[in-house]
Amino acid sequence: MTKYEAVIGLETHIQLNTTSKIFCVCKADSWNDPPNTNICPVCTGLPGVLPVLNQRVVEKALLLAVAMHAEIQPESYFDRKNYFYPDLPKGYQITQYDRPIALGGWLDVPVPASPAGGAYIRRVGIAKLHMEEDAGKTRNAGHLRQIDFNRCGVPLIEMVTNPDLRTAAEAAQYLTRLRQLLRWIGVSEADMEKGHLRCDANVSIRPAGSQVLNPKTEIKNVNAIDAVREAIEKEFERQVREVEAGHRIEAWTLDWDEEAQVLRKMRSKETEADYRYFREPDLLPVCLTQAQIDAAAQEMPERPLDRRARFMETYQLPEYDAEILTAERQLSDFFEAAATAYGDEPKKVSNWMMNEVLRMLNEQGLTAGELRLQPAHLAEIIQLVDDGAVNAATGKALLAKVQQSGRSPAQVVADEGLARVSDDSAIRAVVEAVLSESPKEVESYRAGKVTLIGWFVGQVMRRMGGKADPALARSILEELLR
Amino acid sequence: MSLTLAEVEHIAALARLELTPEEKERFRAQLSAILDYADRLQAVETSDIPPTSSVLPPHSALRPDEPRPGLSLGEALTNAPLTEDDQFRVPPVLE
Repeated sequence: MTKYEAVIGLETHIQLNTTSKIFCVCKADSWNDPPNTNICPVCTGLPGVLPVLNQRVVEKALLLAVAMHAEIQPESYFDRKNYFYPDLPKGYQITQYDRPIALGGWLDVPVPASPAGGAYIRRVGIAKLHMEEDAGKTRNAGHLRQIDFNRCGVPLIEMVTNPDLRTAAEAAQYLTRLRQLLRWIGVSEADMEKGHLRCDANVSIRPAGSQVLNPKTEIKNVNAIDAVREAIEKEFERQVREVEAGHRIEAWTLDWDEEAQVLRKMRSKETEADYRYFREPDLLPVCLTQAQIDAAAQEMPERPLDRRARFMETYQLPEYDAEILTAERQLSDFFEAAATAYGDEPKKVSNWMMNEVLRMLNEQGLTAGELRLQPAHLAEIIQLVDDGAVNAATGKALLAKVQQSGRSPAQVVADEGLARVSDDSAIRAVVEAVLSESPKEVESYRAGKVTLIGWFVGQVMRRMGGKADPALARSILEELLR
Repeated sequence: MSLTLAEVEHIAALARLELTPEEKERFRAQLSAILDYADRLQAVETSDIPPTSSVLPPHSALRPDEPRPGLSLGEALTNAPLTEDDQFRVPPVLE
């Protein structure tokens, strides 16, 4: 039996996180706003209005182009894509067609090991990257439709990959890494649930190893990374069944039904020529000077995967740690600042980050940049534990107290008297009291139930407000219980 | 240059226009005449001239990213023939 491989290209629409829309001054983000409340004569296509391009849209497009290693075009143009649809009040979408802001580029996508094989890097080529406006929203209401124009004119970047992806898992990884990058460079919130990152997938199949490109189908309306993986997998299997049965693959457009987890055939696609593209006469070209392009390159931070590699190299972190710490840019900045402040043993800082700091972020729903706990505070707390000034449990509690109060760890220790009691006599007095009050437990322990030692240590710690050195408490207990 | 009836029907379909047989014939003649007129431009030698998108010297015209309020809901919906739940109500187009 022939072995087939999938040939997959992804078309992504990325909603930029600007304050205002692309061609008018309406608020861009309408999440949670009532329908038709962020609209104006420009975005609803009333007669006699003129679009004016938002400077931040160009800057963000430029930054993304740099991040994708794309060739930035010094001169690019907007065009009208004409079609009639109720959520497009002008009757055309302003987009970039044959002269987009950037061409080419790539994203390197690490694909983790799976039962199918070891880990590898897939380089995904980018065909083009362009700016455009979004359309409104249509909602089904009985046999009529309701239209909300709030989303009209929201800035989008459309980015089209080459047909370089070979499996559904690779496509999912591409989206995961793209989402990480978009947040990292701050051009989009990239929240798929809110439609900030939308994806259409072009899928065809061929015998493994062949170089031909067969007719493809286009999967639309997938708005979660797992759904993209699922939908491509299903479509790949369907095409294999069709070809094996001697049928031809037709260039269908398929709609992913999330609830039923099935693909349904949509209307046959209008051909390119039917859009009757022509230059948008109301807008000037986008002209970029070398200085602007250089400035974007300057603004480009270290990319997440480069930082991940550097963390493994410079700090000798395991890949697992480096991956988690570079999931988000502010988190990686936090780690690096704390590791620098602490000085040596970055792995120890990493452990505190991955256990304590990440738990705090998850519990409080914060990002690393929003913490009152500063990287220097974390380094100081780890140092306090190292020096034996506080025990490990107190150190962890200190994190929460610093976060809550904004005071420095040393200040909290002084204010609350948290310094560890390693004074033998003070602990000894408490141990004696505990033993005299717990005759039954003492009897069981001496009869051989030595696991009770943990309970005794707990009693001592509780009475001393957690300040006792637990190792010292344990050795005194063992001595007196003998 | 003469448009075929099928071309007129295709253009009408893209514009979501329903035309009577008389209108199709009339617009076929009118559109053909317009295209003939525009066709005279083909006589001009342009092989050395880049396409002109604008007669202005190329430069960007950008505005700062600052939002301002737009239309009120009442103003936005005032010309709509049919509204419901503060939205425009329209018949389905693709079914």
